[in-house]
Amino acid sequence: MDTIYILWLRELKRYYRSRSRMIGSLGQPILFLVALGFGLGPVFKRAGQGNYFEFLGPGVIGMSILFTAVFTGVQVIWDRQFGFLKETLVAPVTRFQIMLGKTLGGATVATLQGIIVFFLTLIAGFRPVSLVHLPLALVFMFLIALFFTSLGVAIASTLQDMQGFQLIMNFVVQPVFFLSGALFPLNGLPKALAIVASLDPLSYGIDGLRYSFVTVSHYGALTSMLVLLVLTFIVLSIGSFLFSKIEI
Amino acid sequence: MMENNEIISVKNLIKKFGATGHEFAAVDDISFSIQRGEIFAFLGPNGAGKSTTIKMLTTLLLPTSGKILINGFNPTVDQDRVRESFGIVFQDQSLDDELTAYENMEFHGVLYHIENSLRKNRIEELLTFVELWERKNDLVKTFSGGMRRRLEIARGLLHHPKIFFLDEPTLGLDPQTRNHIWSYIQDLNEKEQITIFFTTHYMEEADRVADRIAVIDHGKIIRQGTSETLKQETKTTSLEDAFLQLTGHEIRDEEGGAMERMRMRRRMWHR
Ligand SMILES: Nc1ncnc2c1ncn2[C@@H]1O[C@H](COP(=O)(O)OP(=O)(O)O)[C@@H](O)[C@H]1O
Ligand SMILES: [Mg+2]
Repeated sequence: MDTIYILWLRELKRYYRSRSRMIGSLGQPILFLVALGFGLGPVFKRAGQGNYFEFLGPGVIGMSILFTAVFTGVQVIWDRQFGFLKETLVAPVTRFQIMLGKTLGGATVATLQGIIVFFLTLIAGFRPVSLVHLPLALVFMFLIALFFTSLGVAIASTLQDMQGFQLIMNFVVQPVFFLSGALFPLNGLPKALAIVASLDPLSYGIDGLRYSFVTVSHYGALTSMLVLLVLTFIVLSIGSFLFSKIEI
Repeated sequence: MMENNEIISVKNLIKKFGATGHEFAAVDDISFSIQRGEIFAFLGPNGAGKSTTIKMLTTLLLPTSGKILINGFNPTVDQDRVRESFGIVFQDQSLDDELTAYENMEFHGVLYHIENSLRKNRIEELLTFVELWERKNDLVKTFSGGMRRRLEIARGLLHHPKIFFLDEPTLGLDPQTRNHIWSYIQDLNEKEQITIFFTTHYMEEADRVADRIAVIDHGKIIRQGTSETLKQETKTTSLEDAFLQLTGHEIRDEEGGAMERMRMRRRMWHR
C-alpha cells in the first residue's frame, strides 16, 4: 500500500512541478475550442445540430485526458533512460505494485488535467445541461485516464528509447483521437467510419462524458462504462505482464 | 569456518547475450567469494563484464548458468531477501531529478518498508554524513555530479544493507571529488562493518582502497588476490604492470569507446 502511494505521490509532484509543461499542454485544447468551436460552430448550427460547444466540450476534455494519460504512461521510457527505474526494480517490492502506483498516479494527473480543461470549456461557452451527473463525468474522466495511462505504460515497457515515443504519438494517439467521436457526431456516419469509431476506446469515454454533461449518448452510458472497465482491466493485465518482463 | 563468513559466493557464473547461434559470453564462467566486512574490487576495462556481474548479483538480470549466494540467499529464488540485504550505487545515475534530495531518500525508505520515525532519523544521519543536509530541500537537478553521487551513496545505505555494491562510483568525477567519495566509503566500511563490492577501471583506486582485487577481462577473472600478491605473482612493482602482465594490454586500451563517451556526456549535462 505504501509503495503504491509513494509512486502515486511522485507522479503528482512531478506534474505539479512542471507547471510550464502543464500550461503548455493547455494550448492544444484552447486551439481546438477556438478554431473548431468558433470556426465550425455556425455550420453545425445551420445543419440543425444545435450548439457546437455543447458537442465539442466533452470531446476536448477527452482529448486532453488522452494526451496527458499516454504521455505520463510513456514516461516509463524516461525513467528507464535516466536510470530511475533501476532504483525501483531492485527494491523489495513487486513489479506489479510499481506499475500500479505509477499508473494510478498518471491517471490522477490526467484526470486533473481534464478538470482544468473542463473549466476552460466553460469559459469558451460550453454549458452542461445539468450538474447532477458531474460525479459520473468524473468517473468517466478517470476511466479514460486509467485506460490510456495503462496503455502508455504497456507500450513503453516494450520500447528501449525515446524514438519510439514519436511513433506512439503519430500512430496511436492521433488516430485514436481523430477517429473517436470527439469532433463529429457518431450518428449517421458512413458505415466504415462508424465501425472504426466503435473500435476506438476513446469513443466510449467521450460518449460517456457527453451523457454526463449534456445527457446525449450514442452507445448509452452503461455500455460505455462497461466497455471502458473491461478494456482497462485487459490493458492493465497486459501492461503489468510487459512491465514485469522489462530487463535493464 | 571460512564458509560461514562468506557473504557473497559465486560459482561458475555465465551470462550470454545475443540470439542463439550468435551468442557471446559477457560473463564467462567466473567464481569468487567475498568475506563479511571485506572491500572487494573488480578491476577491468570497459566491456569486461563488471556491470553485467553486478546486475546478476542484484536480481536485475538472470544468469545463463551458475550459482550465486548473497547473504545466504539465491537472487533468482529469494529475490526480496536478497534485495533487502544490499544497497547499490549504479554506474549510471538513478535519482529522480524532479524530486528533492530528501524526497529521493524518503521514496527509498518507503520502498524498503522503513518505519516512519526510524526513517526520519536515518535520513538525517546519512544526509549529514555525506554533507548534503543543508541542501536537503533542493531539487536534485540543481546538484553537481559529485553531489549526486554522494546522495546515491546515502540513499543506498538507508535500509542498513549488509552489502554495498558500487559500480564505477567515481566515473566521470574530478580527482578531488573522487578522493572525497572514497573517504566516505572507507569510513563506512569501518564504522558499519559493511561489505563493499566495487568495480573500477582506475588502478590506483583498486590499489588504495580494496582488500582484495579480481582482475577481470573479456568476461573472465584472470587473477584475484591482494594488490601485493598480484604484484608478487607477476613479479612487478606496480598494479599497472601487473595488469599488463596478466591481460597483455593496458587498462586504458578500450577507453574512449562510444558507450563511455555517451555516458560521460550525459554526466556533463547533469552537472
Ligand atoms: N543487455 C545486453 N545485451 C547485449 N550485450 C550486452 C548487454 N549488456 C552488456 N552487454 C555487453 O556485455 C559486455 C560486458 O558489458 P558490461 O558488463 O557493461 O561491462 P563493464 O561494466 O565491465 O564495462 C559488453 O561487451 C557489452 O556490450
Ligand atoms: Mg560497467
